Amino acid sequence: MEILKVKNLTMRFGNLTAVDDVSLSVRQGEIIGLIGPNGAGKTTFFNCLTGYLNPRSGSVRFANHDITGLRPNRICKVGLARTFQIVQVFKEMTTWENVIVGAFCRTTDAARAYDQTLEILKFTGLYEKKDFRVGNLTIADQKRLEISKALATQPSLLMLDEAMAGLNATETNEAIELIKKIRDRGITLMIVEHVMEVIMSISERVVVFDSGKKIAEDTPDKIVKDPRVIEAYLGGAYHA
Amino acid sequence: METRALSLFKKPSAVIPLLVLFLLPFTTDNIHFHHVLIMFMLFATLSQAWNVIGGYAGQVSFGHATFFGIGAYAALVLLKKFGLTPWAGMLIGGGVAVILAILIGYPVFRLKGHYFAISTFAVAEIVERLFMNWDFVEGAIGLPAPVLPENLFHFMWYKDKMPYFYIAFVFFVLVLLLAYKIERSRLGFYFRAIKQSPDAAEGLGIDTTKFKMVAMIISAFLTALCGSFYAQYILYIDPPSVLSLDISIKIVLVTVLGGAGTIIGPILGSAILIPLSEYSRILLGGTGKGVDLIVFGALILVISVFQPLGVAGFFRKPGKGSHGNPQG
Repeated sequence: MEILKVKNLTMRFGNLTAVDDVSLSVRQGEIIGLIGPNGAGKTTFFNCLTGYLNPRSGSVRFANHDITGLRPNRICKVGLARTFQIVQVFKEMTTWENVIVGAFCRTTDAARAYDQTLEILKFTGLYEKKDFRVGNLTIADQKRLEISKALATQPSLLMLDEAMAGLNATETNEAIELIKKIRDRGITLMIVEHVMEVIMSISERVVVFDSGKKIAEDTPDKIVKDPRVIEAYLGGAYHA
Repeated sequence: METRALSLFKKPSAVIPLLVLFLLPFTTDNIHFHHVLIMFMLFATLSQAWNVIGGYAGQVSFGHATFFGIGAYAALVLLKKFGLTPWAGMLIGGGVAVILAILIGYPVFRLKGHYFAISTFAVAEIVERLFMNWDFVEGAIGLPAPVLPENLFHFMWYKDKMPYFYIAFVFFVLVLLLAYKIERSRLGFYFRAIKQSPDAAEGLGIDTTKFKMVAMIISAFLTALCGSFYAQYILYIDPPSVLSLDISIKIVLVTVLGGAGTIIGPILGSAILIPLSEYSRILLGGTGKGVDLIVFGALILVISVFQPLGVAGFFRKPGKGSHGNPQG
């Protein structure tokens, strides 16, 4: 079943077309990867889907709602949550206080929101650090907190924007494990990364962006052999 | 997580100081001391009200004198011209303040950054000029209260300050409980999230425009109630005494000195500034006008260098969050 359907999405900044006529659909329960070189339009695409930018044309349908041009808070309420490439934690609050903000998306009752918060923190492995002020968390933990906040809003589709950038090998593996656990909870995931190895190991399907266009969409093993993808990443000289 | 406001009364650290405060006026017949206590509670409450929008939600207002003045004028004008009890005037003043808050908030909360601060300041200046030239409320001459029998209905007493003390105390405690309740509820978390990262707040399902407005409405309403109390306490108001920038700034300073975005901050700030302001006036008389603000400015400088979180910051445990553990 399709959970997200993007049709002919276009976003321009002045003369620059950052997202160029992209169509895409995401099936319930899958992990879909979005890759592409720097400046390919991945984050702009994310921002258009989640209400941070108003697309110039095209439409976004999510779980039978037309969410094109809605404000981010409305999009979150229908069940599409996201994280930010540059972590957007609430610095003056503790870990649990950050997460409870997300939990209040589904309940006004503080006691229930708090219980849900603790459940999420146990799930993401931040429970031990629940009373830390988040400025004192490591980058890896802050990225984990970003995911925890988004999970607390109980999304059916979670979009992660470079949740693994800046992590070392061990931390990256832990993040991959977490993403798989999230998928096992029944949450569909769309993941932006530009580290190929990561995305290839967890995605069921990979979409490749270059210069704002979708240039390929396939299973990971086929994507790595796709000449258009190799050219986008390595340049024409390495064309096999 | 303990969220009920009344749980504050289970804490000895909250109940004992409140009890002491309540008993303080009985230790002396010194009327001026009673006056200082009343002013302390009034400004702590004003600061608590400002804190909702300025401290928690991070939208700094330099125009709260407008709401204060509207409350003050509503009580006295309606009493004088229509014989309406100031208690009703208080609610009407609160209502007018809320309407004005919405009118200011609606356009500016869509903008980012400092526009809110500037617009509150501008509106406050306009409102003060309007009242200066509005004959119905006696313009710049000011409005004395009519002479009526002392009682609760007329909300006026001439010699005895104790009735005012009781009313101020009830206000002070109720607003304290409200602030405590807000801090621990969804509203409090939403306000703080909006202050720290509006984008992230939106992404977690918070309608930032709406909740900034909610903060503004609560703040304006409570500020207007304080204004009504002040008018009935002083029994004479004019635009400079209730609508001027001085009042707005004083409310901001009390909060920032004490610790913006904390429950205890407004109380600490008021406990420091109000006695300073009242006693320096006695000590220096008319020539000393503004000395309290000079000293206060110096205090703010020192505090912002050594403890940017305000006096309340000294009470905060290092490494922990600002609001303790949820069981508390």
